Amino acid sequence: MANCQNILVIGELTEGSLSSTTKELLTVGRNLADSLQEDLNVVLLGENLSQYTSDLLFFGTDTIYLAQHSLLEDYQDDLYVEAITQLAASTNPRSILLGKTLTGKELGPRLAFKLGTSLLQDCIHLAIDTNKNLVGKRPIYGGNALAEITHIGTPQLAIVRPKTIEVSVQEQKGKGNINEYVPELSDSMIQARTIEKVDEPVSGVRLEDARIVVSGGRGLGGPEPFRDLEDLASLLGGATGASRAACDAGWIPSSYQVGLTGKTITPDLYITVGISGASQHMAGCSGAKIIVSINKDSEANIFKDSAFGVVGDWKEVLPGFIDQIKSMTNAS
Amino acid sequence: MPVHIIVAIKQVMDPEIPPSAFTIAENAKEVVSPSNIPPVINGYDEQAIEAALRIKETVEEATITVVSIGSNFSLDVMKKPLSMGADELILVDTGDIGNDPDSNIAAYLLTSAIRKIGSFDLILCGRQASDWDNAQVPVGVASMLKVPIITVGRKVEITAKNVRVERVLPNGYELVESNLPAVVTLSSELGEPRYPTLRGIMAATKKQPILWSLNDLSIDEDLPTSNLTINTITTPEKQNECTIIEGENGQEAGKNLALKLREAKLI
Ligand SMILES: Cc1cc2nc3c(=O)[nH]c(=O)nc-3n(C[C@H](O)[C@H](O)[C@H](O)COP(=O)(O)OP(=O)(O)OC[C@H]3O[C@@H](n4cnc5c(N)ncnc54)[C@H](O)[C@@H]3O)c2cc1C
Repeated sequence: MANCQNILVIGELTEGSLSSTTKELLTVGRNLADSLQEDLNVVLLGENLSQYTSDLLFFGTDTIYLAQHSLLEDYQDDLYVEAITQLAASTNPRSILLGKTLTGKELGPRLAFKLGTSLLQDCIHLAIDTNKNLVGKRPIYGGNALAEITHIGTPQLAIVRPKTIEVSVQEQKGKGNINEYVPELSDSMIQARTIEKVDEPVSGVRLEDARIVVSGGRGLGGPEPFRDLEDLASLLGGATGASRAACDAGWIPSSYQVGLTGKTITPDLYITVGISGASQHMAGCSGAKIIVSINKDSEANIFKDSAFGVVGDWKEVLPGFIDQIKSMTNAS
Repeated sequence: MPVHIIVAIKQVMDPEIPPSAFTIAENAKEVVSPSNIPPVINGYDEQAIEAALRIKETVEEATITVVSIGSNFSLDVMKKPLSMGADELILVDTGDIGNDPDSNIAAYLLTSAIRKIGSFDLILCGRQASDWDNAQVPVGVASMLKVPIITVGRKVEITAKNVRVERVLPNGYELVESNLPAVVTLSSELGEPRYPTLRGIMAATKKQPILWSLNDLSIDEDLPTSNLTINTITTPEKQNECTIIEGENGQEAGKNLALKLREAKLI
């Protein structure tokens, strides 16, 4: 296998195609590799992976590694860590990039400790400094501050927050090598085994894909008002969300939580009701184009991020708002 | 055989402090804890304590040892696990080195403390600390102790040899199992940690935290070197003009908001 200095992206597939986060990683990875004049490589893990190579080439990848093994069909922490460790041992990447996704969050720290290095967590910006080290910018204290940190270890691992990088397809093609390999894996490497997965499905538009999201917080005071928010969301063809305070109170399932430890949403319009705008909440919705808020406290932090707001009790404001929307949607 | 559960906790700045109280040191390299707002136990770590107490209620005999590495401990704050029902509390003052941005260091120090504590069946931690949100120390501890780890749990059960965890997924959960000993991290979906009872508080006054220093950990030359250096810490700037929509009363304001959004072609 090629042993020149390179940046390795850990690729992911969702619903049978390259995930959007992987495209973001390849975009930032290509930029980093260009400034180093080194290769950009990517690895996919699973089975029957050759169908994805043409997509990967759009992003200027130099070598595409396809780690294929029947044990990699479903994501499993220990096996994925092992397969990537084997690849890293033979290809010596300068840097390894992962997305802050369900699997990336598990893989990143495990890989860092396995490889005897460190991890730059939750980066929203990456660059290379004059010593060819990776420099990451990341929110800390739930988003109250931003830290710029240099990685001086080898390899230099970083997790990148999804939806913080604009995807760009490369005019110039990379080398386009394709390298299929079969990692040495066995069932006995599994330390923690999934017995079953239980879906608690959410009806309607998926929060992450919705163009309009209506979220409620502790200010709603109980579970019932969420029915009004759900009605409003469906009138607007959107989805319902919530703050962690509302989820923790048991008013709505935690799958509705927006924020640092909930879902990341990027709607065109985000309507919040009775949410104060804590930085940990904003971490999940800062990609919303327009935020509109109803809150009785004129000093609430949420107004600092909102384009439009009403200062008032939602019990009065919301009915007027919903009625007007009903009459407008009936008229048009 | 009694079950020994170790819970690792961290003292952090209260994450709910108003943004106006959030300050960064002049050297722009560290966050300064406000002197007038007491620190707290990291929220998810309280869930880890709660998970340990729930396990203790289901097994014949269990001991819960709570351990923390850090500096400038507030004893009033950190004694809470004892009043919740933990058996033992060990505070390891590691001075500044515990604050290194590289989680390797904290993982190494915590692992050393756990080795000194001795044998254990289960280590419980919060899923991440609310200051740096790194979610790495528990993984490092598991890796250094060579035991399995299961993250982001909302329910933990143990049998003689195994631990079973309901792991939170974006739309549901998965049931994951591993051998004991193991490390498990907990999330808020576990539910509210219990409040200390009066009896618990009384009992805790009789227990003193055990105080260790770096010297007690017999740190040798394998203390990992830090791979991460902080260049700057800054506060993000917000420049946003919010248009407040008025009305004669709340109803009217709501109506006007809808009209405004239609005018702006947002709905
Ligand atoms: C590590 C960590 C991770 C976290 N992750 C997340 C996360 O992913 N998502 C998240 O949301 N939070 C998260 N949090 C919690 C976060 O810090 C806040 O505690 C939470 O977002 C507050 O929720 P809230 O805005 O609903 O409640 P509050 O902050 O209590 O705000 C309620 C608001 O409602 C208003 N209000 C009250 N009554 C009325 C009324 N009648 N009419 C109109 N307005 C009213 C009040 O003025 C107030 O502004 C996290 C915290 C930590 C420490």
